[in-house]
Amino acid sequence: MSATDLPPLAPSPGPRIRAVHDEFHGDLLEVSMGPHHPSTHGVFRMNVTLDGETVMKLKPVFGYLHRNHEKIGENTSYLSSMPYTDRLDYLCSMTNNWAYALAVERLSGQAVPERAEYLRVILAELTRLLNHTCLAGFLLQDGGASGTPLMYAFREREKILDLFESLSGSRMMCNFQRFGGCRTDAPAGWLDSVRRLVDGYGKFLDEYEELLTGNEILMARTQRIGRLPAALAVSAGITGPMLRAAGVPYDLRKVEGYGFYPRFEFRVPIGADGDTYDRYMVRVLEMRESIKILQQALRGIPEGPVMDPKARLRGFRPKPGEVYSRIEGPKGEIGFYLISEGGPNPYRYRVRPPSLINLTLLEDLCLGHSIADAVVILGSIDIVLGEVDR
Amino acid sequence: MLGTGLLKGLGVTAKNLVGSFYDPKRFVTTQYPEERTKLPEAYRNFPFLVSESPEDPMGTLRCVACQICEKECPPQCIYIEKSRDKKPDANGKMQIYPAVFDIDTAVCMSCQICVEVCPFDAIKMDQVFEIAATDRFTGLLLDRQALAKPNSYFHQIHPTEAEEVDGRLAAARRAAEEKARAAAAAKAAAKAAPPAQPPAEAPKPAP
Repeated sequence: MSATDLPPLAPSPGPRIRAVHDEFHGDLLEVSMGPHHPSTHGVFRMNVTLDGETVMKLKPVFGYLHRNHEKIGENTSYLSSMPYTDRLDYLCSMTNNWAYALAVERLSGQAVPERAEYLRVILAELTRLLNHTCLAGFLLQDGGASGTPLMYAFREREKILDLFESLSGSRMMCNFQRFGGCRTDAPAGWLDSVRRLVDGYGKFLDEYEELLTGNEILMARTQRIGRLPAALAVSAGITGPMLRAAGVPYDLRKVEGYGFYPRFEFRVPIGADGDTYDRYMVRVLEMRESIKILQQALRGIPEGPVMDPKARLRGFRPKPGEVYSRIEGPKGEIGFYLISEGGPNPYRYRVRPPSLINLTLLEDLCLGHSIADAVVILGSIDIVLGEVDR
Repeated sequence: MLGTGLLKGLGVTAKNLVGSFYDPKRFVTTQYPEERTKLPEAYRNFPFLVSESPEDPMGTLRCVACQICEKECPPQCIYIEKSRDKKPDANGKMQIYPAVFDIDTAVCMSCQICVEVCPFDAIKMDQVFEIAATDRFTGLLLDRQALAKPNSYFHQIHPTEAEEVDGRLAAARRAAEEKARAAAAAKAAAKAAPPAQPPAEAPKPAP
């Protein structure tokens, strides 16, 4: 887990297009970007104060998509909250399900069969592929590459979504994990189709990287833009690829070792500079590591049940106590904090959303850059408003 | 050299463009509605109620109005009213049936929890998705007549699951019959045998 055994991040530093500062210091211009601006990834508003094109002040405004997720979780049974977790980060429902299932399993002391643990790892890594592929597409879309990279990304994403659909019945709102295992076993031939996809994914990444990684426009738009110092990232509680791009080798799959991750061999890519390009590159490298984990998991997956026979769906009352459990979601640390008072509902239900906490640094990243760069920086943070607002 | 990366990327785009005319692997678009993709067996959309016979769907609903799904439904889109009388179910046992069973599919979030918690395999997920309606209440608020679909339809859309459910129900039915027969035999045996002599009356204690 060190930076030395990784390939160098940027092929060569590209030329930097400097923001042209207005020499005629006039009035500051306040612009309300969003909530219906296409570049804000949903209903999110940035109140920016501009000097010419340079961002002088930026205030993120969110909450437009608030739908009381946590309060609903306190008033419904443990099982009934599971489909709501799909709607947090609606690109990565499988990892949300896993984080919540893990919290309830720890609260009630339930075991998970081996095959289910393997399935969870496979699904979580597929989700990571899906999320990072989409992110690269969105980032390029924000940078002005209308269409092409995004469409290529969505073409591959659709293949993974087809797999999710044939497993769980729904493309995005999977609602697949249960306390004590997975809802159903993989249908016949499903694992083979995953194998085929994983074997082909490296080739797609090669193609995608040929399209993007060495692209001078991408480098000019992202390198040295939105630099995040490691110390600031740590003190602000940033997690996930954004933290690793800042050069902090912190990955819960290694640190916490939940699930069966200690059984798999993979590396944690970290960035050198903490800029937007590093955030893009760390995700590409993470996808390559995900492919390695998937290959190992697909080789090692045993036969057997996917559900603990003692697990109960209904009438399920964990002993009084509290638990915080977290996993490394594609966007960062997604955690669930539950307090049980022995009833059928949690007494307190709280989500630690990685998107929201990563978003809090937006102003620090954007100051001094042009407004067009702010859009790219926001794209590289990787937010989903369903999770930010909950 | 400046621009090499750009040209390489353009090469990829060109390859994809040309490939999209000739390479079947790159034909990714399905021309809906002329063409349709095959839905996976697990695909789910909205729930329906399973009835045993297509001729008398209301009389042979498996649902016994236990209201577990109503209670567990996360968005609370199910509304059930129990019947006042009872009707025989598939096993001949007298059961309550749902006098009203409404599902508001405008509220339903297709999570399948009603299916999982149902102890009677009475509610299952449908695969119909072209259900646009101009009026929220007539088209999307489904009552029990609209929800009832025969078991043969369930076999058609989810063959593997339906086989499993039928096997389980048949086993339960056999067990119930066995139990009934054993009970009947025990009753008959008790009748045929001479009634046991009542124990000799104990001398009453003197008052």
